[in-house]
Amino acid sequence: MSPPPVNAEPMIHVEDLTIGWGDVVLQKDASFDVAKGDVFAILGGSGCGKSTMLRYLIGLETPLSGTVEVDGLGAPHLEVGRPPFGVMFQSGALLGSMTVAENVALPLHEWTDLPDEAVDAVVRAKLRLVGLDGAEDKTPAEISGGMKKRAAIARAMALEPSLLFLDEPSAGLDPLSAVELDELILTLNSRLGLTVVVVTHELPSVFKIVSRCIMLDKDTKSIIAEGDPRALRDEATDPRVKRFFHRLPRES
Amino acid sequence: MPAFTLERARSDGAAEVLVVRGRLAFLEASALWAEAKKVLGAPPARDIDFDMSGVESVDGGTMALLVHLRNAVEARGGRSEFVGASPHIQEIIHLYRGDVHVRPRKKKKPESTLGHIGRATLEIVREAQLVFAFLGQMLISAGSTLRAPRTANWREVLPTMERTGADAVPIVVLINFLVGFVMAFQGAVQLKQFGANIFVADLVGLSVTRELGPLMTAIIVCGRSGAAFAAELGSMKVGEEVDALQTMGFGPMRYLVLPRALSLMVVVPILTLIADLVGIVGGLVVGLVSLDLTVIGYISETRKAVSLWDVYSGVIKSLFFALAIALIACQQGLATTGGAEGVGRRTTSSVVTILFTLILIDAGFTLFFYAFHL
Repeated sequence: MSPPPVNAEPMIHVEDLTIGWGDVVLQKDASFDVAKGDVFAILGGSGCGKSTMLRYLIGLETPLSGTVEVDGLGAPHLEVGRPPFGVMFQSGALLGSMTVAENVALPLHEWTDLPDEAVDAVVRAKLRLVGLDGAEDKTPAEISGGMKKRAAIARAMALEPSLLFLDEPSAGLDPLSAVELDELILTLNSRLGLTVVVVTHELPSVFKIVSRCIMLDKDTKSIIAEGDPRALRDEATDPRVKRFFHRLPRES
Repeated sequence: MPAFTLERARSDGAAEVLVVRGRLAFLEASALWAEAKKVLGAPPARDIDFDMSGVESVDGGTMALLVHLRNAVEARGGRSEFVGASPHIQEIIHLYRGDVHVRPRKKKKPESTLGHIGRATLEIVREAQLVFAFLGQMLISAGSTLRAPRTANWREVLPTMERTGADAVPIVVLINFLVGFVMAFQGAVQLKQFGANIFVADLVGLSVTRELGPLMTAIIVCGRSGAAFAAELGSMKVGEEVDALQTMGFGPMRYLVLPRALSLMVVVPILTLIADLVGIVGGLVVGLVSLDLTVIGYISETRKAVSLWDVYSGVIKSLFFALAIALIACQQGLATTGGAEGVGRRTTSSVVTILFTLILIDAGFTLFFYAFHL
């Protein structure tokens, strides 16, 4: 397990976070930091609470206990006006009644005073960045799963946030689209300096784009590993971590 | 003849054994199941092992059935194992977790009728609390929107008014015309006996403007727009669209609920006025066709019987109906969980709740107007 980056001011600070609903606890007393400029992954098997953890980081859910600070702001982050981050949901979550361009323009109309012409220019630039030029007037029903995810990333980036949350970006994509999406995330991280928090269990994608990760465990309801995923793959001694990174069945 | 045999016997150690022999194939699963139930059940086996030494082959489906039977013995507190299996058969037993011990099951106490009624009542109270909490949130949101009108989602209002209002006109006209028509016919049968044909105009005019116009219109809007709102918001909720809106800084209350509520509160009173008019026309047609009344006579009798307050009271009611429809439909839609089935459940629930609430509101207004002689 590699140590957290020294002198890196955390973009996200999580302390003793317990998540779940009612009597059901998914993760207990989780503490971790996400440094600025990192591509940070939340890993773990199905049902361990990865996507749920993301919802708590975003502020969509209220923690059972503990705190989440995003860029110095305590929860709830979603009631402070212009959101300090962008989010891409697993399905893309584009509004079905609007075109791709209208979806991307939505936050721009809400949070800026730009005239329509300028909004249009920004929308086209964002769509070009994610490789969707030409799809502006299509509705979400008319584009593929990969294109929906790209459009959702364009929408999440519309207000130039410094932090991007991505929920299972490569899930359900063909290998080529998944690789292209990985490249896009790396570009956004390296060229634009975005901090990216990604929930995934696609190992090729993890080894390619992620600089630091935490691994959640369903049984102990805790973080069982933290660090560089490549180091964890090569050096971890915990059998659960080894099983995950080497794709070994439970019996072995 | 099946390709297997099941036989209950005692082993050397005096423990009971179910000796399984032959080839176990899922094609004969029904026969195997019936035979195993018969052999194991009479008398019920407490501790019994499954002797698999005579099994030549077994497939996954039949193994699953045997494991289920063995687990049932253990769940009742007995002891049961698969014994004597060849290495290949043992692999299949392992694959279907036939070598894992099962903890005895605690019997769930069935819920009593009284308990069921109590739980259902609490559920209704909780739902009512949620609707009132939602109303409170909506009022707060409406207050902040009034202070900063620019933040409202005005773009949504006109299209929603068109969908809920203009598009509903034909069905509102048809239904209310028929309501006026039927009521006039029913009334005419009685009034004719007393030679009081002209009072059909009073009957239709008053009941349509005060009761049936607003109520029938609200029921139609509930079926069309209430269900549509619940399904639309429910689909958005399960598709994470509502979450996405929240992460972009759009409160669902301000962005989704207020435009819908506002639209309904504008269009339902207008639809009610249209309903009043066509209901009276329905009565007029009956008056002309079957009661030998004149147009002038019918209209002047209606004007005498129906005061402006009768029309206003219906319109006031319709405003509350509109608010209830929008509120409940949006609340139910946004409370949706669990995919397509959840959307269906919430849509049904919203329509039923709205209809019940409409009748409650109507009864409340009737009592109020009666008490204050309005």
